[in-house]
Amino acid sequence: MKDMNSEGYTTADGRKIGGVLMEMKNITLRFGGVAAITDISFDIRDGEIRAIIGPNGAGKSSMLNVISGFYVPQEGEVWFKGYKRGPMKPYQVARLGIARTFQNIALFDGMSVLDNIMTGRLTLMKSGLLSQAMWWGGAQREETEHREKVEKIIDFLEIQSIRKTPVGRLPYGLKKRVELARALAAEPKLLLLDEPMAGMNVEEKEDMCRFILDVNDEFGTTIALIEHDMGVVMDLSDRVVVMDYGKKIGDGTPDEVRSNPDVINAYLGVSHD
Amino acid sequence: MFYREAGDFKTSYVDDSQTFPIRFDRWRYYAILAVAFGAAPLLINDYWANAVFVPFLIYAIAAIGLNILTGYCGQVSLGTGGFMAVGAYACYKLMTAFPEVSILIHVLLAGGITAGVGVLFGLPSLRIKGFYLAVATLAAQFFLVWLFNKVPWFYNYSASGQISAPERTILGHAVTGANTTASAKYFFCLVILFALAWLARNLTRGTVGRKWMAIRDMDIAAEIIGVNPLTTKLSAFAISSFYIGVAGALFFAVYLGAAEVGEAFGIQKSFLILFMIIIGGLGSIFGSFAGAAFMVLLPVLLKNVLVGQLGWATDLAAHVELMIVGALIVIFLIAEPHGLNQLWRLAKEKLRLWPFPH
Amino acid sequence: MSDQILFAMEVTLNGLMAGVMYSLVALGFVLIFKASGIFNYAQGVLALFAALTLVGFQNGQVPFAHLINAIFGTNLHHFGWHLPAVVAIILTAAVMVLLAMIVEKFVLQHLVNQAPIILFMATIGLAYFLEGLGDIMWGADIKKLDVGLPQGANEAFEAVTDSVFGFGLYIDNLDIVATVVAALLVLSLTLFSQYTKYGRALRAVADDHQAALSVGISLRFIWVLVWSIAGIVALVAGIMWGSKSGVQFSLSLIALKALPVLMLGGFTSIPGAIVGGLIIGMGEKLFEFFAGPLIGGATENWFAYVLALLFLVFRPQGLFGEKIIERV
Repeated sequence: MKDMNSEGYTTADGRKIGGVLMEMKNITLRFGGVAAITDISFDIRDGEIRAIIGPNGAGKSSMLNVISGFYVPQEGEVWFKGYKRGPMKPYQVARLGIARTFQNIALFDGMSVLDNIMTGRLTLMKSGLLSQAMWWGGAQREETEHREKVEKIIDFLEIQSIRKTPVGRLPYGLKKRVELARALAAEPKLLLLDEPMAGMNVEEKEDMCRFILDVNDEFGTTIALIEHDMGVVMDLSDRVVVMDYGKKIGDGTPDEVRSNPDVINAYLGVSHD
Repeated sequence: MFYREAGDFKTSYVDDSQTFPIRFDRWRYYAILAVAFGAAPLLINDYWANAVFVPFLIYAIAAIGLNILTGYCGQVSLGTGGFMAVGAYACYKLMTAFPEVSILIHVLLAGGITAGVGVLFGLPSLRIKGFYLAVATLAAQFFLVWLFNKVPWFYNYSASGQISAPERTILGHAVTGANTTASAKYFFCLVILFALAWLARNLTRGTVGRKWMAIRDMDIAAEIIGVNPLTTKLSAFAISSFYIGVAGALFFAVYLGAAEVGEAFGIQKSFLILFMIIIGGLGSIFGSFAGAAFMVLLPVLLKNVLVGQLGWATDLAAHVELMIVGALIVIFLIAEPHGLNQLWRLAKEKLRLWPFPH
Repeated sequence: MSDQILFAMEVTLNGLMAGVMYSLVALGFVLIFKASGIFNYAQGVLALFAALTLVGFQNGQVPFAHLINAIFGTNLHHFGWHLPAVVAIILTAAVMVLLAMIVEKFVLQHLVNQAPIILFMATIGLAYFLEGLGDIMWGADIKKLDVGLPQGANEAFEAVTDSVFGFGLYIDNLDIVATVVAALLVLSLTLFSQYTKYGRALRAVADDHQAALSVGISLRFIWVLVWSIAGIVALVAGIMWGSKSGVQFSLSLIALKALPVLMLGGFTSIPGAIVGGLIIGMGEKLFEFFAGPLIGGATENWFAYVLALLFLVFRPQGLFGEKIIERV
């Protein structure tokens, strides 16, 4: 058991950030002989917005996959809510309260928007097979309760009008929003966003930024995100981890990172002559 | 004109998620039930029962079962015939071992046993995906048929190697055996189909159904949002096999009366049921009904026209039927991958705006 | 006891020969799968269709005779000629190419970008259609196919083994021919795909449809090409199987036997198809020889599938398939 209440900090805009929620210790991940992540450690604190940035192929997505349990690192430890996480299947990780969105949208195309968001609540729904087969009574009541919660999220993300539309028919920007809705429906403690703004236009990016800040603000959800748009990252996040070639080259507030010479080299290139 | 949702306001989420949200649909559904349960048993005769209605009801059960596995959970199975055989032989063993127990219980138990066998053959689905799995289910098909053929215990050491259903009654009416009336067969199958279809509808609209569809649409994402692939896939295999087992038991005990495994439950049966759900509509309960009706009626119709009207030889007609069925499968997959169900839904959408589509 | 070993040797040998036959069918599957990602269930029926057509041409049968007779009340049967085997084979090959074009035009073209499982089911429909078509064109009765391949026991082999073991091992001449033909087929396919322009285009399409399209390779042409090749491979398989056991419906069931071969060998590997075929052929004959008498026989019906199933549980990508790394 690790001390959860180690001191937090207060951000520039006055939000209180709590103790350590998740800690990655010396993570190394290899595919065959290729190391995607080499000996990386960092922590995510309760209530903060944490960004992971880096050039293409830096290992950011792999890092997110390690956090969500999709990849199991060869070395290192993952601590969550003060407990060391053993080897777990991704669905078990989801039940701990970690939800995520995907870089290439991973919605269930054959289902409606509403059903897609309802799948986010699967980990919270308890009724058994028999009671569902009978429907009347328990299952129906549970379904209605969860539907109410989901409708709140639908209102929050302003997607009321497409509730019953099959997801396959939606444009890209809305799909991203539905995916966020599905992740939120799980009421996660930690929300992982894999390039939430990739491929969006300016207006859509602004909307998405607002939603991310609102989620963090209203639900107190801790957020870890990967993003390429530097402006967005610097505006949104409280602290930033910078990766390059699978190694951590910087960690700190946006301002600290911006002035870090290693980071500048990685992004702008070093002159080799 | 009367097919409208305007004015039919939903004031609760319960109302909004009912099976037939449009009032007219609801009334039509009640009317069909009334005819099916009230009028049809009185009117039905042997020809219609044996040629159309009883096979339709039984195939509809099997089609719902396969649709749960393939249409909802996305696991293609070519072992349906083998699983129907498990249901049939389980039912036969139970009927002959415990003659005093009700046939209804035997049929349900046969479904339960098939569910167990289904789970066993479903285990590889955790490692094997797509058509690798489809081919793997052929192992179930061939092994099970071989087993029932070669182990005499399953057919009670009968000289012919066949199993034949002894007479069993429910409330004094024979439902199996030679003395069964057409309406008793019909009614027995109808009741079971109705109950199972209702249960299937409930399962597919709730949490379990969503888990199945999540696995179908994108299994990796499903696992990451918290769906346990093991229990989800196995539950689909179990429930699907239960339905198929019940269908197999009824097919043998009520419809055929006597059966030989290779003939009644061969690989052709697996394909037949698969075709039903493709033509009817993958991932739809209504589609299972429509597909079963279509595949039962088509041969009857062709036979009446080609053999009855034109006087062709039966084997020639059978070959034409093969071609038509094959062509239809391809046409449906090209033109309407969601089958008759989708055509029906489109028709309803049109009707909703009719006669003022703008 | 040594008799038992000799029997087992003979069984093994015959199993290997049967395996070559399975490989011939499996080869057609692999070709189509590599080039288009389609698992062509109709491959076996293609073999049946090719064999039926070949016999029909050879004997000068009137196509669709039954249908025409039924509609017009005529009594057509044969044109009354017998074509030499070579001419009939060339004509049949032409028919298979024509069939490939028709399939591309009416089926594949409309199913571009569909899920693989949809394409798989479409080929099941195609299999039904072709089976009906073959029967209507040429009649469903069992036919004898003879294109002049040597048949019967190979006496030289029997004599040699007799002098070595004191027991002549039986091996069918036809099986030897099949082995040679299979080897030639694999060799020429490999040469074709490695050293010709179309072969390179074929491999490009196999890797990535979109990319191949964007460098100007015609997908339609490649599909026709590959289905034609698969049709001709099917013709070869049809000739071998047809000469061995007559041309009849059960010929299309060997397609089902080729499926476990593919599961073992991996869908994309030509050597895999060969090795898989040999393993399955040998395995099922040996299993039947040793275990068959104990559990009632006829284990060939399922052994191949169960073997492949168990194998896949431990190695999902098959013997020669590439390891699957899942990504999100």
